[in-house]
Amino acid sequence: MSLEAGQPVVQTTTPKELVREPLVLNNRSLGWITNQVVGIIEGDMPKWWNIAFGVSFVLMLMSFGYIGYLVTTGVGVWGLNHPVAWGWAIVNFVFWIGIGHAGTLISAILFLLRQKWRTSVNRTAEAMTIFAVICAGIFPGIHVGRIWLAWWLFPLPNANAIWPQFRSPLLWDVFAVSTYFTVSLLFWYMGLIPDLATIRDRLRKNAGQCKTGLGKMINKLKQFLYGLFSMGWIGSNRHWRNYEKAYLLLAGLSTPLVLSVHSIVSFDFAVSQLPGWHTTIFPPYFVAGAVFSGFGMVLTLMIPMRTIFNLEEIITVRHLELMCKVIMATGTIVGYAYGMEFFIAWYGGNPYELYAFKNRAFGPYWWAYWIMISCNVISPQLFWFKWCRRTPWFIFVVSIFVNIGMWFERFVIVVTSLHRDYLPSSWGYYSPTQVDILTFVGTFGLFMVMFLLFIRYLPTITIFEVKAVTPQADPHTVEGGADKVKGGDY
Amino acid sequence: MSKFAIMAEYETPAEIMAAAKKVHAAGYQKWDVHSPFPIHGMDDVMGLDNAKVGYFTFFGGLTGFTIGMTMQWFMNKFDYDLVVGGKPLFSGFFAFPVSYELTILLGAFGSLIGMFVLNRLPRHHHPLLANERFADVTDDKFYVVIECEDDRYEEQATRALLENTHAVHIEMVEDAQ
Repeated sequence: MSLEAGQPVVQTTTPKELVREPLVLNNRSLGWITNQVVGIIEGDMPKWWNIAFGVSFVLMLMSFGYIGYLVTTGVGVWGLNHPVAWGWAIVNFVFWIGIGHAGTLISAILFLLRQKWRTSVNRTAEAMTIFAVICAGIFPGIHVGRIWLAWWLFPLPNANAIWPQFRSPLLWDVFAVSTYFTVSLLFWYMGLIPDLATIRDRLRKNAGQCKTGLGKMINKLKQFLYGLFSMGWIGSNRHWRNYEKAYLLLAGLSTPLVLSVHSIVSFDFAVSQLPGWHTTIFPPYFVAGAVFSGFGMVLTLMIPMRTIFNLEEIITVRHLELMCKVIMATGTIVGYAYGMEFFIAWYGGNPYELYAFKNRAFGPYWWAYWIMISCNVISPQLFWFKWCRRTPWFIFVVSIFVNIGMWFERFVIVVTSLHRDYLPSSWGYYSPTQVDILTFVGTFGLFMVMFLLFIRYLPTITIFEVKAVTPQADPHTVEGGADKVKGGDY
Repeated sequence: MSKFAIMAEYETPAEIMAAAKKVHAAGYQKWDVHSPFPIHGMDDVMGLDNAKVGYFTFFGGLTGFTIGMTMQWFMNKFDYDLVVGGKPLFSGFFAFPVSYELTILLGAFGSLIGMFVLNRLPRHHHPLLANERFADVTDDKFYVVIECEDDRYEEQATRALLENTHAVHIEMVEDAQ
């Protein structure tokens, strides 16, 4: 193209048109989405499901066994001693509760931000939230020592006529975590209602194909249960109107909730006077870390799941890439927080604070600190490269590092701050016992048992929301039938 | 067995949108659009106003906050005044996190219960649930349903109205009760 005199350059160049990758690949129909997702539940589970379930179940029983041993014997079976009186139980609690935060971020915050890609991943992420909070809830319950008195945490009248002490952040935590669990469950269940109705209707349609008497009975039982929990959903637009409003409100409520939960968890530490814990950066730093670790776990679960169940066209590489970007952003915030803690320890001029941080990086637990730094600060920076963000096996590996790193972060915060008290006579070195380690390992079994049952009996993808973001659902596109109706018909 | 409604089936959201516009223009009141997912813009076409769920959420949240503050005042100041570290027996500051969580908890229950109350759910005996063809509503089909109880309903005229749209199938829905 030749430039004529006086013609502005701008007119002669057209910007390159950026094509947005579709949320569901290959322009699939609405029915295909239903078949693909409900097909997982209707078909037989692959052989690995049974193996994974068996292994997880054994691990879960092992954890319960060790908890039984703890309750019958006493907290002496753990590695706790003076001065480290908070060990793995609290580390594991914070680890698991943090994992949950990605689910709520995806379901609530990304919903409010109108991020349509969330629809493919929110169901699984929310399920993960609920299961992670269940695993988290075990630890504060058992770490109180006399577990049969754990109900003193709740504002219930007891024989001593004393009420709980509401000035303690530990009690705020009780309310935060139980609210978090309940609201996550409500949100998850509400999202499930239209999808349970889908399964109910398909069971009804398939009832004729059941040959044996047992098959018919199972079909009837399933119809009854899925029907019961779908509350008689008939997809009415008058219902959708209230449903969408309630969903928006729940998202609006969950957003301040998820930010408050890990803030309050951080208050457990920050409100104390201990060097290393007593810092105002804790609430935002904990929230960012929680989201970071949660996305790590979402990817760890979702990458194998999408391959095994042929969901690559619904959970696309673009979805993984976007989640990697969240990991990179929150990982960078976490890295900034680590740096800022050190800066303030020096700038604040408090010698105990400065000592606590020097001791953290170069003291007896230096190895834990540097594992944390390499996993949390260095590994997510790889996602600056597009190849790293778009290669599932590579993301999977990094996501494992993120999980490990975030567990170590909590270990570093809890243990390194405690193990050297003000007087050298109160110094010690904490090591976990076999009971500590295997109880924690066993909670992964519990988590996986619940997750595998979820895959088997509930739709892993939010069917109705994925349909709603396809071009087939938009009345203004050709796929949505716009060419069939006269222009301006509506 | 009585007649419950006339039901028309559509294959795309654009077609049902056009049909809904006609039904609304004809002045029907007891009618509805059924779809596998909420169709953007359908509320306006059907002439529906804003949903009232927010009132339930608000009163849930308000109840939660009040319970939270009252409970902590009662337990730590009124019923058994517990002195800890010389801190005040009651203050809105330390009582805030718990009240905040209870606001959200009861607000969430309010939203969900409000949705059920306003939708008159659960209802497991709806005549449409017994209709064989209607089972596709949770898959990939769209339906307009006009109830026989509507004042403007006339078997011939209503059917003609629906036939004049892009419906692929029209049938009467029976009420078994």
